[in-house]
Amino acid sequence: MAEIQTATLTARHPLEGYRDLLEALSAELAPALALELGGLVAAVDLRVDPAGGGPAAVEQVVGGPLPTRPDTWTALPAGQALRLGPDEWLLTSAAAQPEDWEFAVDEAAAAHGGMAVDVSAQRTALRLRGGAARELLTTGCALDLRPRSFPHGRCAQTLFGQAAVVLVAHGGDDLQVLVRPSFAAHVVDRLVDAATEYRPDPSPESGPASWETP
Amino acid sequence: MQLIACPWCGPREELEFSYGGQAHVAYPSDPAALTDEQWARFVFFRDNPKGPFAERWAHSAGCRRWFTAVRDTRTHRFLSVGPLAASGSGATS
Ligand SMILES: [Zn+2]
Repeated sequence: MAEIQTATLTARHPLEGYRDLLEALSAELAPALALELGGLVAAVDLRVDPAGGGPAAVEQVVGGPLPTRPDTWTALPAGQALRLGPDEWLLTSAAAQPEDWEFAVDEAAAAHGGMAVDVSAQRTALRLRGGAARELLTTGCALDLRPRSFPHGRCAQTLFGQAAVVLVAHGGDDLQVLVRPSFAAHVVDRLVDAATEYRPDPSPESGPASWETP
Repeated sequence: MQLIACPWCGPREELEFSYGGQAHVAYPSDPAALTDEQWARFVFFRDNPKGPFAERWAHSAGCRRWFTAVRDTRTHRFLSVGPLAASGSGATS
């Protein structure tokens, strides 16, 4: 009788193959630009009537305030709450297991006619830092991303090129891009290509650096 | 490309929106009682005015909500944008 092999499946960032490339690129472009992969988080999509007691009940469970204004986000103890629509929020947690996160939020929302669904695998995160981060995003996005119009605390669902993304402003030089894993490589390829603009002038001896994408 | 003022997200590029045809087309109260011709009129026949036209639009690449807007079909200019449509959980904000 054959012995049954068991293995533990560990979560892997959909852009894992880009990690070295982005590190090398960020080292070369510092301090103007740094691109890095975001952490893996538990995420739920919450739908609940904003006028009822649902948001308050969910706030008790997630331990922080839900954003009240359109296109804004708030910090949770180990994650974020993003307002996606009038009755829709995206709640993330770097501490909770996805199934626990979904269960806890759903239980709170269900008592008020709402619901929460685990979407941890739906989006993956990229982080853009540096003085050129906003300008880099404007190569594929038509939103006004100047700090005055898109300050810390704002977020927006929009398009980067052809890909649907959520842009999240953490600060003047610090932005987060959430994108579906199947579009993530396309978005990174575009960003890496656009970042060529910010490379220092190459010295004649060093030859072209290789940024071939995996 | 023009900007369309989504009632929730504010002004966004037209590219982010999709068109849903004429607004305020009421579903028949008793569909089974309609003749084939009357049903076909409900399903297929729409106004085609030259000038202001009330239409359904969806902010597909943004908040994904439906709303009604009045657009001038001669100029493609948006004259007004109505409130968001009620969604599944009854929230319209
Ligand atoms: Zn919208």
